[in-house]
Amino acid sequence: MSQQKITLDPNKWIASYADYLFNYAVTRVNNSDLAKDLVQETFFAGLKSAKNFQGKSTERTWLVSILKRKVIDHYRKINSKKGQAEVRMNFYADGENEGNWIEERVPQNWDNASEKSIENQELKSQIDICIDNLPDKYAMVFRMKTIQEFETEEICKELDITSSNLWVIIHRARTQLRKCMEDNWFNN
Amino acid sequence: MAKRLKITCDEATTICDRNQYGEATFLEKIKLNIHFLRCKICFKYTKQNMTLTKLYKGHASSCKDLKHCMSDEDKISLQKELDKIKA
Repeated sequence: MSQQKITLDPNKWIASYADYLFNYAVTRVNNSDLAKDLVQETFFAGLKSAKNFQGKSTERTWLVSILKRKVIDHYRKINSKKGQAEVRMNFYADGENEGNWIEERVPQNWDNASEKSIENQELKSQIDICIDNLPDKYAMVFRMKTIQEFETEEICKELDITSSNLWVIIHRARTQLRKCMEDNWFNN
Repeated sequence: MAKRLKITCDEATTICDRNQYGEATFLEKIKLNIHFLRCKICFKYTKQNMTLTKLYKGHASSCKDLKHCMSDEDKISLQKELDKIKA
């Protein structure tokens, strides 16, 4: 006997999958309006290509694969729009000092590190403000790696980047974040 | 040999960042520690980086528990949009 083939039932999509897809999108793009748009686009694309659904996977898996694509597209868009120019460099890019700290970006002492490390709401919102100050692409990769704790491989696959690419982004994001936390939290 | 173990501050802090996620290799960690012998700045960076990692982790655990849901109004308007397409 042949396996029962899975068929699509778009009338139940929103009730069954909207929350799941929305949560999936929000944890990646960290913006609920954008996440809503991505979910809507996913359902639209799903409707359009419903005739191509082969019934090999579940409805949810199929919809998630569409959403994944939308997230990559979004990542590509923010990647090409801006990103490079906004990054404040912490190290000399060339010359005899190449790779050394730029004087005014050198880490300062944090005399109050232990008292400032107590977890509270104020600290959490300062962390979020500093992450939001990063270029979109950096914020997205940093959040996925550090906050959502995805595996490196998973992020590379989802965003279609190499692992060395990912570590350069993490490195730049973290040095920039460190400076932001230093100026606005530890030494303010 | 000595030359191969020499790294710049940019490279040292990159290794340090990777190490915060437990993903630096053994050789990288050796290079990093040799770099510390002559660079107090990167040593300081590393200490501060560990503090920051702890803070980010604390932040992460509170974020991860959060389940994001779509509001009912959003679902209704989404349903309307979807119906429009289907029609």
